[in-house]
Amino acid sequence: MFHFTKPPASEITPEAQFSRRRLLIAAGMLALPSLSTAQNDQTLPYRRNPAWNPEDQPTPFDAVSSYNNFYEFGPDKDSPKANAQGLRISPWTVTVGGEVARPLVADIDEIIRWGIEERIYRLRCVEGWSAVIPWLGLPMSELIRRVQPTGKAKYVVFTSLADPAQMPRVRVPVLDWPYTEALRIDEAANPLTLLAVGMYGNRLPRQNGAPIRLVVPWKYGFKSAKSIVRIHFAEQAPRTTWNKAAPHEYGFYANVNPDVAHRRWSQESERRLGEFRKRPTLPFNGYAEQVAHLYAGMDLRRNY
Amino acid sequence: MNQHLISTTRGLVFLASTLPMAWLAWLAGNDALGANPVETVQRYTGLWTLNFLLLTLSVSPLRALTSQHWLLRLRRMLGLFTFTYACLHLLSFVGFDHDFSAQAIARDILKRPFISIGFAAFVLLVPLALTSNAWAIRRLGGKRWQELHRSIYLIAILACLHFLWLSKITEIVPPLAYAVLTGLLLWWRVQNRKQRAMPAARTTQVQAVKFFRKRPD
Repeated sequence: MFHFTKPPASEITPEAQFSRRRLLIAAGMLALPSLSTAQNDQTLPYRRNPAWNPEDQPTPFDAVSSYNNFYEFGPDKDSPKANAQGLRISPWTVTVGGEVARPLVADIDEIIRWGIEERIYRLRCVEGWSAVIPWLGLPMSELIRRVQPTGKAKYVVFTSLADPAQMPRVRVPVLDWPYTEALRIDEAANPLTLLAVGMYGNRLPRQNGAPIRLVVPWKYGFKSAKSIVRIHFAEQAPRTTWNKAAPHEYGFYANVNPDVAHRRWSQESERRLGEFRKRPTLPFNGYAEQVAHLYAGMDLRRNY
Repeated sequence: MNQHLISTTRGLVFLASTLPMAWLAWLAGNDALGANPVETVQRYTGLWTLNFLLLTLSVSPLRALTSQHWLLRLRRMLGLFTFTYACLHLLSFVGFDHDFSAQAIARDILKRPFISIGFAAFVLLVPLALTSNAWAIRRLGGKRWQELHRSIYLIAILACLHFLWLSKITEIVPPLAYAVLTGLLLWWRVQNRKQRAMPAARTTQVQAVKFFRKRPD
């Protein structure tokens, strides 16, 4: 059996803070008036997790929701916002299976009822830009606890929707669809790994991977698969999408690492959306304390 | 075309060539460069450098196809606009990416092949821009000047490689399109040179024509 690590006390939200959530939602709505668009007005019941609240200022919602890589909807940064709005995100089910004792098929609203928390994470794209995003989501460790992986489960494979009727670019074989990403099971079980269903107090915009996506803040953004329909626990490591497309440029681990350059550019620095000057990139995107132990003894230059 | 009309056309082309720059300035002034303004500026100035490079290379084929020889009088201006947009492109790299730090710039040029190629293309453009005046043509002599300015073909190839190399496979179509267009413009020149050799040959004996058809150069 896979043993689930208990969350540290610092991660548990005090009751007083939990009950303040309505006030926080109200404050959030005031601060971000751009959220009140018709398709996006459903707020989510969540509690703020103060353990994941970096000093960095969150990036403006407009930047995060208008500058996206979501190749099923087009090649440019603004194509997902333009082309994803027809995606049907309800009803939506996620099939969780493979090497688990209790496979399940969960509706998105059911997952939300399992308990959603807000965590503000840094996001670093392999292309050299970054953002700070308040995600709302279910810790992946909670899903793992529910499905009980068997001893054979070594990897968790995340598969995105690939519906040519709704995603025009899936007909173009630029990548091997459906988009597939994977984590080692200890990476998936790390308390940082999140299955996000919302951001900035609301459900996810479609261009950001609605209705449910992965968020792995110490890895480059392409690891965080969007619009997930299947989560599979596997014994063997799968070939992942970008790794198949360009193995020398996109490794399986894809941990944020300023010391390992991308084939075509340096990863030493990054540009925050909304900022002009570049800033230095931190090992594991600043989450070394939480995740460096996962890679003890590994040569991170070879396992990029 | 009469002189007056040619000067008017040149004035209009000059104004039109500043429009992309003006549009960029307007976007910047209205905070409309998107979530990653630096990237927008870098891509935009790079694309317009290529656009003007292709326009410059189109002058000779267009002139030959239409027999509108006055078109040649637009070429220097288009070439100098290529250089202007290339300067803006380089400036966005030097300033925004590296804060004008010579050491960081040098390291990036040495380490990243697509930057090395782009920088080489820029360096090769400099002598062409400096000799784009009547004095330099007189000084060098027409033949040497022309030989020097043939390096624009190499520059075009380098620019296309620079664009291809920095693009992901998911966004390969635009750089491929530019490469194909550049290829066509260069191919036309090769064909044109062969054809120009032919008529001269036709006036001689039949056997000589055959010889020229086999080895046009």
